[in-house]
This record gives sequence, C-alpha cells and structure tokens, in this order.
Amino acid sequence: MTLSSQAQRIVIVGNGMVGHHFVEQLVNSGQSCDITVLSGESRLAYDRVYLSSYFSGKTAQDLALTDAKTYQDWGVNAVTDAWVTEINPEGKQVITKTGDVYHYDKLVLSTGSYPFVPPIPGNDKPHCLVYRTIDDLEAISASAAQSRVGVVVGGGLLGLEAANALKQAGLETHVVEFAPQLMAVQLDLPGGDMLRGKIESLGVQVHTQKATTEIVDGEQCRYRMNFGDDTYLETDLILFSAGIRPSDQLGRLTGLALGERGGIVINNQCQTSDPDIYAIGECALWQNRIFGLVAPGYAMARAAVAHLTGQQGEFAGADMSTKLKLMGVEVGSIGDAHARTPGALVYTYHNQPEGVYKKLVIDAAREKVIGAVLVGDTSDYDVLLQYALNGIALPQMPESLILPTGGEAPSLGADALGDSATICSCHNVSKGDIVGAIDAGCCSLGKVKSSTKASTGCGGCTALLKNVVDSELEKRGVEVSKAICEHFNYTRQELYHLIQVEEIHTFDELLVKHGTGMGCDICKPAAASVFASVWNDYILTREHQPLQDTNDTYLGNMQKDGTYSVVPRVAGGEITPDKLILLGDVAKRYHLYTKITGGQRIDLFGARVEQLPAIWEELVAGGFETGHAYAKALRTVKSCVGSTWCRYGVQDSVTKAIDLENRYKGLRAPHKIKFAVSGCTRECAEAQSKDIGIIATEKGWNLYVCGNGGMKPRHGDLFATDLNDTTLQKYIDRILMFYAKTADRLQRTSVWMENLEGGLSYLQDVIINDCLGIGEELEAQMQRITDSYQCEWKTTIESPDALKRFRQFVNSDAADSNIQFVAERDQIRPATRAEKRTEKAIPVEIV
Amino acid sequence: MQAQASFTPKWHDVCDIDDLVTNSGVCALVEDQQVALFLTGGEEGKQIFAISNWDPVGQANVLYRGILGTISTDIVVASPLYKEHYVLETGKCVERNDVSVAVFPVRVDSQRVLVQL
Ligand code: SRM
Ligand SMILES: Cc1cc2nc3c(=O)[nH]c(=O)nc-3n(C[C@H](O)[C@H](O)[C@H](O)COP(=O)(O)OP(=O)(O)OC[C@H]3O[C@@H](n4cnc5c(N)ncnc54)[C@H](O)[C@@H]3O)c2cc1C
Ligand code: SF4
Ligand code: FES
Repeated sequence: MTLSSQAQRIVIVGNGMVGHHFVEQLVNSGQSCDITVLSGESRLAYDRVYLSSYFSGKTAQDLALTDAKTYQDWGVNAVTDAWVTEINPEGKQVITKTGDVYHYDKLVLSTGSYPFVPPIPGNDKPHCLVYRTIDDLEAISASAAQSRVGVVVGGGLLGLEAANALKQAGLETHVVEFAPQLMAVQLDLPGGDMLRGKIESLGVQVHTQKATTEIVDGEQCRYRMNFGDDTYLETDLILFSAGIRPSDQLGRLTGLALGERGGIVINNQCQTSDPDIYAIGECALWQNRIFGLVAPGYAMARAAVAHLTGQQGEFAGADMSTKLKLMGVEVGSIGDAHARTPGALVYTYHNQPEGVYKKLVIDAAREKVIGAVLVGDTSDYDVLLQYALNGIALPQMPESLILPTGGEAPSLGADALGDSATICSCHNVSKGDIVGAIDAGCCSLGKVKSSTKASTGCGGCTALLKNVVDSELEKRGVEVSKAICEHFNYTRQELYHLIQVEEIHTFDELLVKHGTGMGCDICKPAAASVFASVWNDYILTREHQPLQDTNDTYLGNMQKDGTYSVVPRVAGGEITPDKLILLGDVAKRYHLYTKITGGQRIDLFGARVEQLPAIWEELVAGGFETGHAYAKALRTVKSCVGSTWCRYGVQDSVTKAIDLENRYKGLRAPHKIKFAVSGCTRECAEAQSKDIGIIATEKGWNLYVCGNGGMKPRHGDLFATDLNDTTLQKYIDRILMFYAKTADRLQRTSVWMENLEGGLSYLQDVIINDCLGIGEELEAQMQRITDSYQCEWKTTIESPDALKRFRQFVNSDAADSNIQFVAERDQIRPATRAEKRTEKAIPVEIV
Repeated sequence: MQAQASFTPKWHDVCDIDDLVTNSGVCALVEDQQVALFLTGGEEGKQIFAISNWDPVGQANVLYRGILGTISTDIVVASPLYKEHYVLETGKCVERNDVSVAVFPVRVDSQRVLVQL
C-alpha cells in the first residue's frame, strides 16, 4: 500500500453491492486516493440479488463480486469483520467494535438494510431465521437439513424468493401473508391472485390475511404458529421476510439527519447533513424515499464518486419498476400499478386458461401510460416501460399494448424515446447520454461507442444504438454514412456488386481498388462472406484465412474458455445408429461434453484447437461433414417425421428436408439461414419460425419466408401455396440468392424483409413474376454454388498448409494450461475462475 | 508479480519468420508466458508485434486468434470473444480504459523471431 500524504483518505463503511460499486467506480475514475473498505461481514462484497441461487448450487465463491486480491491490485485496503460502532465527525475517525481506529477525509456509509422481524412472541427461537446474507443462507441450509416443513412470513418479492429457496431445499413450503394478496406493493388484487394460483400449482401453500400472534412448541412439527383468527400452522422452520429497515444506527449515533421512519437523509450529491459524510444504497433516504433495489443504489454510488472527484452527475431519483421471474412465473410491475393517481383509467386483459393477467394504467387525459401490471407474460414490459418513463403518446388503441392478438405490439423507433430512455443497460447509457456525446463532437457510431461505452457489453443494444445515433446525426444535418466501416465507403450491397462486376477475388485487391487502411473485424468478414457467396472458394486459403472470424478460421465455435465446439451436419435431423455410436465414441475418446442442440443435431464441446483436426478426421472417415455451425451460412433444416411414419403426415417431410439441406449446405450469406419442413399443418418442425419454412399440404408445399426465432421472433410470411417440388426449389434458389446479394451484413432474412421497400409483395414480384428480370441469373448463381460445394473440414484435413494453423503454440506442443475442466453430471464442463484458483479442476488431458 | 524486479529481460528465440502468418496471428510459449505474434503486411511494409495472449475481458488465452485491422492509424487486434480492440503497439484497449495487455519487444535476426521478456 502506498500512502502518499496528499491523497484524500476515503473510508467506506459496509461492503455490500452498493459499497463495492462505489469502490469500483472510484478506482476507475483514476483519481488517486487512499481507500479503506470496512466490511461488517466476514467476507467481501457478493451478489445479494442472486442470493437464492445458492440453493440451486451456487457457492459463496460464485456469488463473490470481488476478492482480496482484486482489491489489493486496485490499491484498496479492505478489512473484513470490521463492524463500525462509532463515528467521531470532529476528529474524522471511525471506530470498529474491536477498537480499531480509521481516519478519513471523506466517509461513505453504505450500510444497507436489515430484515425486519415482527415483534411476535417466540420469534427468537433457534429455527426462526432471516434471509439477507450468506451467513443467513448457511443457517437456513443447516436448519432445513433437520426440517420437513418451512414457513415464510411475508408474501412480498423477497418472501417469495425465500419460499422458492425453501422449496429447493426440499421442504413442504408455506407462505403466510398479512395482506389479502401476494406482492401487494407491486401487484393489484387480480394480479396477486393470478400469481397465487400459479405458485400454489407449484406446490407452495399460500395463506393470506393471517396475522401471527405467537410461536409456540408444536405437536407434529417443531413449532406451531398461532394466528389471530384462531387457526394455526405447524412448521419446523420459520423464515421472516416481512420487509427491510435501513441500517441507519451509525447516522443516529452521530447525529446525522434521519427520516421520520428511518434512513439517513441525503441530497442529490448523496451527502448527509455532514458534508464530509456520504450515504448511498439502502441506508440512504432521498426526498423521503428509500430505494430497495440495486440499480438506484448504483446510481447513488456514481453520483457520490462524481461529487468526490469533481465530475458532473447527481442522483435524480430512480424508477422502481420491476420485472422478475419468481419460481418460473413472470411478473412485472411498472409505475402506478394500483391506479392510485386521481382519474387514472385502466385496461385489463385476463386470460385464466393461459394464466396471463395484464393491466395497463393510463392518465385521466388519456395521453400516456402511468402504470402496468403483468403476470404470466412480461413480453410487453420493455415497451410499456419506455412508454411510461418517457411519456410517449399513447397509440390509437391503447389496449393494443397489452392484447396478445396481432402480435404487432407497436415497436418503438428511436425518435419516440425520451432522453432518459435506457439504450444500453450493461453500461447504463441513456439516450440523453448519447445525444450529449454527439453534441460534444462524437460524429460517428464508433466515437459514440468509445465515449459512452454503449454497446460494448453484451451487445444486445447494438441495433438500437445505431438507430439512435443515425437518427440524431440526421437531425443535425449530417449525412449518415451507410458505409460498412472506416475502410470502405460502400454498403455491403455495393461491395457485392463491385466484387462481382470487377471480378475481384481477394481482399487485398478490393482494398487497393476501393478502400483505405488495413481493414478491420467488420469489413474483413463481410468481404469474406461476399467472396464466398460469389465465388465459393475454400475459405482457408492463405488470402482468405486472415479475413475470417475465429469461428470460421478454426471451423468451430469458440467457447468462453477458448475451446471449440464440434457440430457435424445431420441433414434433416436423420441419423443412423452407427453414426450415433461414432459420435459417442469420438466424444469419449477426446473427453468432450455432449449435448443435443436446438437444431436437431449433436454438439461436442471442449475441443482444444490442436485436437480439432484429429477429431474431424475420425468424423469425416465415418461419413460426417461439417455442419457450418460456426458460419454465417445454412445451418440446419429441421424436419418432423412426416408421412413415412406419422399418421397425419401428408408429404414426406424428412426426404424434403434432407434434399434441401444438401442443396443449400455451404451457402454463405450475410447471416445464418435456417429452414424447417413440416409434414402437415400441425407444424411439429416449427417451420414458421425459420428463414425458410415449408409446410406440406395435400397438393404440395406451402412456402413461408423470413421467419426468425432468437432475440426478436417473427412469424414467417406465407409466400406461395401448394407448390410442386420444382417450383419450390426455384423460388428458394431465387430468394436466398437475392438475399445474399442485397442484405446488409449480419442482417437475418426477417430484418431484411422488414427493411425491403415494398415488403412481401415486392419480394413476390421479384421472385414469382421476375419483375427485375434476374430470376434465371439468381438460379444459375445458386447452381454454381451447389456444384462447387466442398466439405471444409475434409479439405482442411487434407491440406498440410491449413493444418498448421491448428495449434496453440508455434514453438511447443503444450496445451493451454488455462483450459481446465471439472466433472458435472458425468461429463466435463469448464472450471470456473474460483475452481481454477482452488485447483479442484481436472487438468487438461493430452489425448 | 513483485519478484519481477529481479528479472533481467532476455531475448528468446521463438520461431522462424515463416511460422508467422501474414495479416494474422500465431502464439508462442515463452517461459510459461503465452505471447501472441502478429505479422502485418501493410503499405508501410511488414511489421511484427508481440503482445500477451491473455484476453483480460474474456479471461482466456485467445488473442492470437483475433482479426487484425486498423482504427484510424492504430493497428489493432479484435478479441475473438467479445470483440474489444487492443492497440498492438501499446497494448491499450480501445473500448475500455480499465484493461490492457502486456506488449513485448520483438525483433528478427537471420530469419528467426526473437521476443524479449
Ligand atoms: C448450440 C446451440 C444451442 C443448443 O445447445 O441447442 C446454439 C448455440 C449458439 N447460438 Fe443459437 N444455438 C442453437 C440454436 C439456436 C436456435 C434454435 C434453432 O435453430 O431452431 C435459435 C433460434 C432460431 C433462429 O435463429 O431464428 C438460435 C438463435 C441464436 C441467436 C439469435 C439470432 C437472432 O436472429 O436473433 C444468436 C445470436 C446471433 O446469431 O447473433 C445465436 C448464437 C449462438 C452462438 C453462436 C453464440 C456464440 O457466439 O457463442 C452459440 C454457439 C454455438 C456453438 O458453440 O456451437 N443463436 N440458436 C444451438 C445450435 C443449433 C445447431 O444445431 O446448429
Ligand atoms: C434475497 C434478495 C433478493 C434481492 N433481489 C433483488 C433484485 O432482484 N433486484 C434488485 O434490484 N434488488 C434486489 N435485492 C435488493 C438488493 O440486494 C439491495 O438493494 C442491495 O444489496 C443494497 O445494497 P447496499 O450495498 O445498499 O446494502 P447491502 O448489500 O445490504 O450491504 C450493506 C453491507 O454493510 C454492512 N454493514 C452494515 N452496517 C455496518 C457497520 N456498522 N459496519 C460495517 N459494515 C456494516 C452489512 O453487513 C452489509 O454487508 C434483493 C435482496 C435480497 C436479500
Ligand atoms: S441461448 Fe444460445 S447464445 Fe444464449 S446461451 Fe444459449 S446457446 Fe448460448
Ligand atoms: S445492453 Fe448495451 S452492451 Fe449490453
């Protein structure tokens, strides 16, 4: 630890989720200060939100948010078991229960809250517990091991989580609630009832309107709980989850201003009534409100860091809307869920058979959404939340926001979003932040990304971010470049034309003629995909190999630990017993994890880069081909069993699926392509969710196009009906080639269709009526690709030059020692970081 | 890491220049340290870079398998896992200022590639 004399001494009391976030933000701010963290618990910060996962197998280590080493690397002095009992604001000291004294220039209280235990006689018996810390969990586990029945007192959000935990621990579980319904804060009565029904059907018994008067010894069980209405319940374990109270004792002792019902009063900078003492998280009271969720606590932490380091940013309150899954039941609550605002009007949708309840609350002026309740289906949550947070004008028929029919819930364009709308939840970037970055001179997507960090986490917001940036730039009169990246001033479609017309075969040639710089991870794979669509050369030639994403380079999908998966093609999902046995043999020989995929084939995971050629050599020898699971290419053609076996089948869907898969395998495209073929209208192959979906009819085949599962599901559009085999193939040839030619990079057919001017009818015009006169050319192009098909793995194992790439080290045969596995359910899985540290992992075996 | 001060960096002979792949990466094992080696062949002629192979965000030894490119004038590699870019010259991460990777001096001596660490 370096103790420079000028560095500001900052002491943080409490190392919960918010206290830890504060430390992280402060360290990242780059300000040099001398940071001391005093944790009242025996461990450093861990993830309280996922506490319940402890009962489904997570360990304290998995939940940890940090460790001593990390804090040490950050130069943070962290002390555990350091319960602070006293603050001396004049002398600027804090004192722990063991008498240690720490000096501060600025003090931060992040002491969180503690569970409220109602004053019921008998509440201090040994198996009466609470649910807040890992120590509590250990106590619950120990007690559950000697119990048969468990009761949770309190049917709120945390109570139900706790009930789930007891259920997972194998106890007969009851929830006792004082109010007439569950989750009374977030849900209305019908919503609460719906939830109750679902939870009861999962085997948890719910008792509402029960006031516990005493806890005494039981007859069948350890204890008996007597209720105000003269009924009782016997149980071995009681878990109190009747609300939380802010841990404000230190504030009280020190004379800081507190709220009437507790909580340390803070201003927008999170300072308490003593300007050198900050309070953040659940112990803090802002405008008379306590925020019992992590996100507002994190916002407070950021505000406090900003103030301490002289940056801008203050705490401006937070939305308490919630969406969660309780025992598998989806529940959402937004804003004024109870319609308490004067004049509020309500729409409800109550679907008892499906167990879905939705309520939409709008204001008296019928202009905006002010609240919502969702039980059983929260798919509308995100859109409703944007409406509520940003005061977006209601659509013509507000009920369409919650009604299931049509499925056309109005999606939101960039302009409809208000400044506070969250664009990137990973890095908490709002639309306002993005507008601010653009105003400050970021005039490209890349600059906005690096300045705001938006879209650098999970990437789920990429499309929305681009939308917002494009629309904002357009508003400022900037002509938005449709260029693929900084190296080419062309769209993917334009590059396709250039490559085809000028017969360009290599990236270097393309770059010299039309680009600048060296290219990048955007234009290189895009160009590689176009070369493949147009020329269909082997992708691992010396020229093409450096262009490919790692998945294409190594002809496998990279997993989180740097190993690869192996997915051989199983056309139509049909596989012989011998091939199954071979897959099993290979998996055993190379110690691979085996799983059936969602695409009707078998995935072998955990292959190290240097093992891939040997594995594939065995597979190819046994008649397998690559499945292109790694490529933006045709993936699978799913099938149902069809007329050969199924009593309802009207056509042979399996043969059709195999034929189609064999025709289009190896076709590289802007994104992956999936097909399915169903043998009758019952649709067991789920063809309507595929890029190309085919459903058998008495007379032939119905063709559906541009469906999508995944992140934004879309039902395919019915394109043509009762087609014969020849016409079916002709249409598919044309559609796929037209897609490969005209779509943007990484655009699935669904999005392509939605952006296609003229939509479905235009596409029908191009394909069926050949309005552009390119039908035959498209077919010929497809035929060339089919004719030039080669199994990339077969080519690779026969090419010594290509094989050289399949090794971890150029100068050693060693394996990557960071790849370690542990056993789970009789197979391997990657060791977690914690497991690697404790060396529990099975070291890599060299096969 | 504290012990590092007592080490004097040494040049290690790792491989032949022909073992490198133009505009792509390979990895060498040098005293337990995985070193990603990249050979670029831009207009300014060929250049070789050596950085640590450990992806600090993805927590795996994979950087040599990333795609090379430029961001304005910086030559970068994109992590194959989560696509952060690292500047080959400095090891700095373009998207995040809280992570970076080690860079090592590298030179070629009669067809052999040498790395210093
Ligand atoms: C292995 C598999 C999951 C499983 O264990 O079942 C899987 C695994 C992956 N999927 Fe998938 N998807 C798998 C079936 C699906 C399905 C179901 C299906 O195909 O019927 C879907 C929904 C259908 C669809 O695509 O419309 C699906 C929708 C996605 C998406 C979302 C695509 C979208 O348009 O929203 C991604 C992300 C992407 O592609 O950008 C994705 C991406 C991925 C990636 C590549 C993520 C990654 O980068 O690591 C996973 C790597 C696969 C690997 O290592 O082999 N996977 N993925 C399935 C492989 C099927 C196969 O045999 O090839
Ligand atoms: C089971 C469960 C599920 C939850 N689920 C969600 C969810 O889904 N979403 C959500 O947003 N929130 C959820 N929460 C709430 C969330 O965990 C809290 O909002 C968050 O942890 C508050 O962080 P904090 O740092 O303010 O307080 P805490 O995490 O409570 O941390 C305070 C720390 O300070 C210590 N401390 C207190 N006094 C002293 C002292 N005098 N000296 C030293 N140390 C002291 C405490 O021991 C504790 O370790 C859940 C909570 C629980 C218990
Ligand atoms: S849904 Fe697909 S991408 Fe997501 S974890 Fe599962 S396999 Fe991976
Ligand atoms: S939501 Fe933006 S990166 Fe995850």
